[in-house]
Amino acid sequence: MPRGGNYLDATGLELVAQRVRDAVAEDAVVGTGHERGQATLDVAPPRVHDVLRYLRDGDEEPYGFLASLHGCDYLPAEPRLGVHYQLLSMERRDRLGVRTRVTVDEPHVPSVTDLFPTANFQEREVYDFFGVVFDGHPDPRRILMPEDYVGHPQRRDFPMGGEPVLFTFNEHKLPRWYE
Amino acid sequence: MSDYREREKSISIGTIEEEPVSGTRLEPGVADDGGEERGEAELLTINLGPHHPATHGVLRLLCTLEGETVRNIEPIIGYVHTGIEKSCEDQEYWKAITFVERMDYLSYYFNAYAYCSAVETLLDEEVPPRAQYLRVIHMELNRIASHLFWLGTGALDIGAITMLWWALRERDLILDLFEMSSGQRFHTRYFQVGGVMEDIPPGFEAKLREFLAQMPARVDQYEALLDQNEIWLQRTQNTGIVPLEKLLELGVTGPLLRAAGKPWDLRKAMPYCSYEDFDFKIPVGTVGDNYDRYRVRMAEIRESVGIVQQALDGLPEGPYITGNRKVALPPRHELATSMEALIHHFKLVTEGFRVPPGEAYVAIESPRGELGCFVLADGSAKPARVHMRDPSFVNLQALKHMGEGTVIADFIACLAMLDPILGGIDR
Repeated sequence: MPRGGNYLDATGLELVAQRVRDAVAEDAVVGTGHERGQATLDVAPPRVHDVLRYLRDGDEEPYGFLASLHGCDYLPAEPRLGVHYQLLSMERRDRLGVRTRVTVDEPHVPSVTDLFPTANFQEREVYDFFGVVFDGHPDPRRILMPEDYVGHPQRRDFPMGGEPVLFTFNEHKLPRWYE
Repeated sequence: MSDYREREKSISIGTIEEEPVSGTRLEPGVADDGGEERGEAELLTINLGPHHPATHGVLRLLCTLEGETVRNIEPIIGYVHTGIEKSCEDQEYWKAITFVERMDYLSYYFNAYAYCSAVETLLDEEVPPRAQYLRVIHMELNRIASHLFWLGTGALDIGAITMLWWALRERDLILDLFEMSSGQRFHTRYFQVGGVMEDIPPGFEAKLREFLAQMPARVDQYEALLDQNEIWLQRTQNTGIVPLEKLLELGVTGPLLRAAGKPWDLRKAMPYCSYEDFDFKIPVGTVGDNYDRYRVRMAEIRESVGIVQQALDGLPEGPYITGNRKVALPPRHELATSMEALIHHFKLVTEGFRVPPGEAYVAIESPRGELGCFVLADGSAKPARVHMRDPSFVNLQALKHMGEGTVIADFIACLAMLDPILGGIDR
């Protein structure tokens, strides 16, 4: 699909990846992906905060705006859970995706709310739906599901439907209604 | 002094004050006008919503007030979360369009476009020029309809009831047009993967031109009603100002960002769907208060009228949907004569089309800002993940900064000018 903007090409992406490796750490970037005109950096989970800080402030081509932060579940691939950061440069009209993958057993990613306050709600949403814990988040609560909800419904192994609806007539029969 | 004033003076509220009402009340002997005696630091936390018309949906706000001044706002959302993103994972790609349209229920064409465009990116499917122009016409009409609804309800919050009737009158004309082209007034499902559902019917163009001819005069009328209105001006001017840097940090996009002076519009900056063909301006504000937000949206209505006009004048001939039979349904008349068309029809309806593995993030300019759709495909006929980066959800974080320190009546104006749609926030 032809879309406007000056998107990074595959070579430019490799250059960015190399600059991140030089500036942050050799193991920070674990891979790059350039598909359908969209550039993505794969980043090791513990390095996410450092990489995003470098891309925001340190790089010669900075990305000052976090457009979107969302999660997804790559079941059956491992590590299963993915967190995507869509960076945007309004000056160069360019987008760069940053992607990190964590396992269900160790779902820890450093929070970037101090760099991008917009991540506050969106990290809460990813925690709510996928169970990814953002270390250092100022308000790590559920956001859309009820506070006493058990489970993370957007995971692919979470069953679809079949959840009883709480009414007055059946509330005493449902588990945990008294909690 | 008139009779009325005399009567007003004679009304005693003493009996009401002595009722044992809950909360604090005046101690006997303390004068009502003595602010110091009552204590300046007394805070009162009240619940605004979830069921309150001024919250534009099922939004609950925990407001901490000091007198009439808002000191803290805590939005609590999730009341209309219906798991649309999860439901999409259980539908074939072409059936999920129906679901995503119901997220932000005032800008359904934009939801459908963001989703279809993401799927088209994954499929590497070209959309014919006529379909792109038809999409532009419907999206810009939808933008006008959405802004009109914002104008009507926003003005209603400030007490201007007439605006609601006037704005909904014109919005109804747009819904009539949607009904002509797709058979539905809301949630039309007009956009398909690869194009649009049907060509516009005979009579649509004449009716649309009639609407376009009268719309600028209608906007003049709205402005004549509001721009001289002392209550409107006092409520909106110099209220709810948030610095541009703060808005950018908070990820705010759309008219809120443009009102603060940043000319960022994805239709211009990163054109999609042939927007580069059209000549239009990006209205920006200077102060960034609620009045600028109002002016920016009014100017956007005028610009959208111009875009629809240009798209209608330059509407190219040709197919309205891609000819790729693996993605789009064959024309109905072919089913009677062509075995192949029948097979394609059957396969598409029963199984849907498969999308090669990959992921795509497509962002467009909805009436409220950047609407991004992320689709993860795993090679099957159903998406593995559909995520909408809804502008209302992200912009809502700015409400705290807009409202704190204002009086509660201005805070209601801030909320109206933020234009949150709870269907989009909760999804």
